Amino acid sequence: MELYRSHVLVCEGTGCHCSGSAEVIETFKEELKKNQLENEIKVVSTGCFGLCEIGPIVIVYPEGAFYSGVKKEDVPEIVSEHLLKGRLVKRLLYHDSISDSDVVKSLDEVEFYKKQKRVTLRNCGVINPEKIEEYIAFDGYRALGKALTEMTPLEVIEVVKKSGLRGRGGAGFPTGRKWEFAHNAPGDKKYVCCNADEGDPGAFMDRSILEGDPHSVLEAMAIAGYAIGADQGYIYIRAEYPIAVKRLTIAIQQARELGLLGKNIFGTGFNFDIELRLGAGAFVCGEETALMSSIEGKRGEPRPRPPFPALKGVFGKPTLLNNVETYANIPQIILNGPEWFASIGTEKSKGTKVFALGGKINNTGLVEIAMGTTLREIIYEIGGGIPGGKKFKAAQTGGPSGGCIPAEHLDMPIDYDSLTEIGSMMGSGGMIVIDEDNCMVDIARFFLDFTVDESCGKCPPCRIGTKRMLEILERITQGKGTEEDIDNLETLAKNIKASALCGLGQTAPNPVLSTLRYFRDEYLAHVRDKKCPAGVCQALLQYTIVKELCTGCTLCSKVCPVGAISGERKQPFTIDQDKCIKCGACMEKCRFKAIEKR
Amino acid sequence: MPCSSTCSAGTDNKEQFAKLQEVIERYKGTKGSLMPVLQEAQGIFGALTLDVQKYISEALGIPLMDIYGIATFYSQFTLKPKGKYKVSVCMGTACYVRGAKRLQDKLVEVLGIQVGETDEEGRFTLEATRCLGACGLAPVLLINDDVYGRTTPEAVPGIIEKYRKD
Repeated sequence: MELYRSHVLVCEGTGCHCSGSAEVIETFKEELKKNQLENEIKVVSTGCFGLCEIGPIVIVYPEGAFYSGVKKEDVPEIVSEHLLKGRLVKRLLYHDSISDSDVVKSLDEVEFYKKQKRVTLRNCGVINPEKIEEYIAFDGYRALGKALTEMTPLEVIEVVKKSGLRGRGGAGFPTGRKWEFAHNAPGDKKYVCCNADEGDPGAFMDRSILEGDPHSVLEAMAIAGYAIGADQGYIYIRAEYPIAVKRLTIAIQQARELGLLGKNIFGTGFNFDIELRLGAGAFVCGEETALMSSIEGKRGEPRPRPPFPALKGVFGKPTLLNNVETYANIPQIILNGPEWFASIGTEKSKGTKVFALGGKINNTGLVEIAMGTTLREIIYEIGGGIPGGKKFKAAQTGGPSGGCIPAEHLDMPIDYDSLTEIGSMMGSGGMIVIDEDNCMVDIARFFLDFTVDESCGKCPPCRIGTKRMLEILERITQGKGTEEDIDNLETLAKNIKASALCGLGQTAPNPVLSTLRYFRDEYLAHVRDKKCPAGVCQALLQYTIVKELCTGCTLCSKVCPVGAISGERKQPFTIDQDKCIKCGACMEKCRFKAIEKR
Repeated sequence: MPCSSTCSAGTDNKEQFAKLQEVIERYKGTKGSLMPVLQEAQGIFGALTLDVQKYISEALGIPLMDIYGIATFYSQFTLKPKGKYKVSVCMGTACYVRGAKRLQDKLVEVLGIQVGETDEEGRFTLEATRCLGACGLAPVLLINDDVYGRTTPEAVPGIIEKYRKD
């Protein structure tokens, strides 16, 4: 193996990729060649570092210099200054990555990483996900070896049970018990499936794991196969994730070549192989029974449970289904022991959770925290607060199935049970920060619009009920709502929750219920006063000219498409509310901030 | 010989059907192979037209009704060919709270088509896509494989202009 004096790690996760990291890697390779450094310095494309906001990210080792927002034009400078002359390129360093005395901080000291605990993301941004050797060098496939050669299937299940691991896909069912059910189910053919149909808008944890460390999921699935007695696995993944699909395909191929998937693994006689199945754009396929129908090549419609998948799943055979992040924990649990895992987290929620932090937050990206960390720590310490000094209104977790956490709960330790208690849910881990400029009624409408579109149409409560809810919400945001509408909304929501067939329908009313619970005053402002306090709902807004600021320059009246603005030159102008169509053109044009939207 | 005399496959796209036949051979006998076959078929033809569906139905021995049911269930399958450029705005929550709707409204105005429509020239199709997971770049505009992060409505006309030329 060649030795290199320096390694240049470039993130090639989706976030950085979209910001141009592929070009950065290319340019690095060219520049190194030009300077005859290609045998001394190695460029490694890695998975996600987490700080997607400031991508593309480049880290140069051994110094650990953390460069952010690197463009291909910056690369020659990094090569000639840093890699040739050993001088850091200060203007490109992430602001929080060097101390006041210009010493490079290690990643653990950077504010964004300080409070994090990376278990499932441990290899993301560290190894090249397209090289199985790098995964193996970081203890990869040792857990599988240990399970196959030193443990019985029942012992494996016992370890998973003892660790206290719960499903990371949303509901938080104890993983060990699920494995036990599948193990005990009668049948000679069983399947292990991985739910990588990460459809919650604003959630990209699973994608980052698959892009940054695909082998950890393959290894865990093989361990699960051994534990329950299955020889075939399926990964059901969204087609919207092309990079993850590519890395998984490569990973499966490499594992087969080394005999870590296939026949007679580790010479133990255990056979296990994995196939990829691509989704085709149906959110409902994230629901377990719908996912299995889709693997079988049918319409992705859910079916009633019981029978549960552990007894009757894919092709009618006993099936174990876990989510990506759940699997990514397994090799660590087998290697480090269940006690280690159970020492992290809270009483009933063990381990860590990855959140995709997005929306109105400075450090958009991926964070992994120990269960029990507070929302305030996530948003203000790790996330760096809200841009523009705006006021925090709520954090939305669990996507279209979840709810909002208002400011009063900022200091609550986050785990499965605390979130459920306040009417939200862990969900898969999307966390969208909402500030004072967002309207909560509009957010509820946004999620209902999503569910109506994604409802598979099989059961009436979801097919018809969510549509009626959406119509009411649209009425309210258009200023045509009444107080009775709010009551009807609540009744409908409760009925749908109680009667829908699958998880999608049962949780679809949650965004409405939780916004009603914490932000009822906003709903009332819409129906009683016909006002949108956040200034989002177009129909409820009024554009007015502030007399004191208007200079009478006439620009606004010229740009108004309906001639609603009039006045005398050099005198304050006025807007005729009856004519105004609320297009906002005047506000965009005004140079004196004299037009207000309320 | 899967394509019988009732098969209405045209003669002008023989090559494409030959490719489809290869795909079908590759998947024959694999359990639950219909979805991958449909995905590859759409890649070859650009759309799952009735001819294509009929061909697959006969070749795999699956009723046309089931194939049609699947082709219309999943949003990524399309029965009609799309424009040369698929313009889509990410409608994930992170993009939404950072102004994706205003971006979409601007695109409707600039392209002169509604979401889900293709223009007469067959150049642009406007779509709303589900979360792409590039939330760090919200709001995200996607034109085929080109990603435009942190896009503003003001930037839309300039971006679209680039694709009008060729």
